[in-house]
Amino acid sequence: MTTPVTTIASGQEGSLKDQFDAYLLRLKAGDMGSLPAIAATVLLALLFAKLSPFFFTNLNFTNLFVQSAELIMLSSALVFVIILAEIDLAAGVTAGVAMAVYITLIQSKGWAWVPALIAAFVTGIVIGWVIGFLVAKVGVPSFVVTLAFFLGFQGMQLVLLGEGGVYRVEQQPILAIMNNNIPVWAGWALVIVSAALLGVLGIWDRSRRARAGLVNRPIAILFIKMGAVVVFGGAGVAIMNQDRSQGVIPIQGVPIVVPITLAVLFVGSFVLERTRFGRHLYAIGGNPEAARRAGIKVTRIRIWAFIVCAVLAVISGVFHASRIGSVDGSAGHSIVLEGVAAAVVGGVSLFGGRGKLANAAIGAIVITMIDNGLGLLQMPAGINFLVAGGVLLLAATIDAGARKRSGSSLARV
Amino acid sequence: MEVPVVELTGIKKSFGPVDVLKGIDFAAYAGKVTALVGDNGAGKSTLIKGLAGVQPYDEGVVRFGGAEVQIRDPREASGLGIEVVYQDLALCENLDIVQNMFLGHEELRTGTLHEAAMELQATKALQSLSVRTVKSVRQKVSSLSGGQRQTVAIARSILREAKLVILDEPTAALGVAQTEQVLNLVRRLADHGVAVIMISHNLSDVFRVADHIAVLYLGRMTAHLKTTETDHSEVVAYITGAKSQEGGN
Repeated sequence: MTTPVTTIASGQEGSLKDQFDAYLLRLKAGDMGSLPAIAATVLLALLFAKLSPFFFTNLNFTNLFVQSAELIMLSSALVFVIILAEIDLAAGVTAGVAMAVYITLIQSKGWAWVPALIAAFVTGIVIGWVIGFLVAKVGVPSFVVTLAFFLGFQGMQLVLLGEGGVYRVEQQPILAIMNNNIPVWAGWALVIVSAALLGVLGIWDRSRRARAGLVNRPIAILFIKMGAVVVFGGAGVAIMNQDRSQGVIPIQGVPIVVPITLAVLFVGSFVLERTRFGRHLYAIGGNPEAARRAGIKVTRIRIWAFIVCAVLAVISGVFHASRIGSVDGSAGHSIVLEGVAAAVVGGVSLFGGRGKLANAAIGAIVITMIDNGLGLLQMPAGINFLVAGGVLLLAATIDAGARKRSGSSLARV
Repeated sequence: MEVPVVELTGIKKSFGPVDVLKGIDFAAYAGKVTALVGDNGAGKSTLIKGLAGVQPYDEGVVRFGGAEVQIRDPREASGLGIEVVYQDLALCENLDIVQNMFLGHEELRTGTLHEAAMELQATKALQSLSVRTVKSVRQKVSSLSGGQRQTVAIARSILREAKLVILDEPTAALGVAQTEQVLNLVRRLADHGVAVIMISHNLSDVFRVADHIAVLYLGRMTAHLKTTETDHSEVVAYITGAKSQEGGN
């Protein structure tokens, strides 16, 4: 039997200009990704820079990254469950309980920090598994399960730490995450490694496609992406490598938290975009019944998503403890809603099936920037909440409008 | 006589006191389209769900390629080479065509998704069915029309090297032109040597593509006809119970 010749494209054909036109077309169709959030970041940065002379100082620029790290980690955690169209309102208090376990083991049981930290993560894993079990196996809506945990764990924190108990974190390695910097040369190395990783992955994909006889995009696109990493990453590192001390002893270098955050984002994105687990997460978020019929073990994957969420949330809790230098009974209560807001602002869909870690990270930077900028302008705290709420509403509205235009069925729900 | 791809003998299934299938005999052959017709509640869906492994039968013998088999869950059905294209298609709109076609059966290389291999095979499967309506295999399913989605769902069974493909009302929600495309696709699927079972309410579709017509009436197989040896009104008579080939058996 002869196969009739029909041509079906793969979307990678054409010159650089064709690809750019196709990209513009996707934007017009409403597939904007995190572009609105990036635009918001730039606009906010310009606005705050104009209003406050302190905003663009080396110190504040570095601070912004340090401050946003907790939220980036928590909103990234939430992405894993939001992709499934689930929610984990208990992510913040999960971190709070895990850190309470950590400090209690150190203070009352005399544990070393490494086993105590492991215990904190094990606590997170167990909590994630229990939530996942109740949601996926028992079938209780995740909103209700995690709301119950959100309330219950606030009590658990108080039980573990005592009313009004504040415990200092004195372990140098934990404190170093937020307060110490990597050497100046390591900052530059970070930029080069990031660009190289991007390049290696890109070349790997291209060679696989080439071997299969498939068309590849113009390689210039890969170089442009790597160039952007070098230019923007390099500029960021250049600023952080300046002395930002206001005293005698110089403070310079990229804070340790930055490479840790980047590494987690890289591994998380790799899992979401290049592994079977990630693919199945998106599939379940898009159509759970279709996923089930395709033979995907939906229950198991749902449980794993909650476990991953809890583990990343605990990392966020470690960041928090490192930054404020103590663990208390109120940690993690308010951050979870900011985490959801950050994810949505960045372009993650609460309807499930759509969103990347990069979206959540950019959203978290927008939210942190509002916090930071308004703080510098010495606005009352009330204004802060109002603006953050307004931005969230705006982002969700843009998203809804975009989806309506793209004609996806989600918009018709 | 040729060995059927699938042969059912004395299949029974009941839900509590309700007997839905009352001893069904049925067969489907390689390279042939067998239409399964019958009024609502005749037991078409129940018969199909048993083959799909979604709801195992209570009694009866299932032979696949001549050998007796047990189909207890969808994985076993899939393992035998049975693929079901449900009416709602079960596609993930947020994923693209390639991702949907390989859903649950992703190709891996060093633990990561081998997108290139999957894209190549998906393209080949679509080409082997002479699909012309799809622009890019990397289009999201949300951007496809009903007929294109049906195409993707059917092409998926080619990819899995299915021996038996069951189509549940493939043209139910489609316009004239798209129905035409999908019926052509069903025919080409059978020409690949696959046994096709097509559930349909639309008799003109059935007469267009089916080689055999099996009629279910209240849980019994009342007729097994060759399309060339029957006509529209006779099939209607079997469907409504006005006529019965096997004397009420």
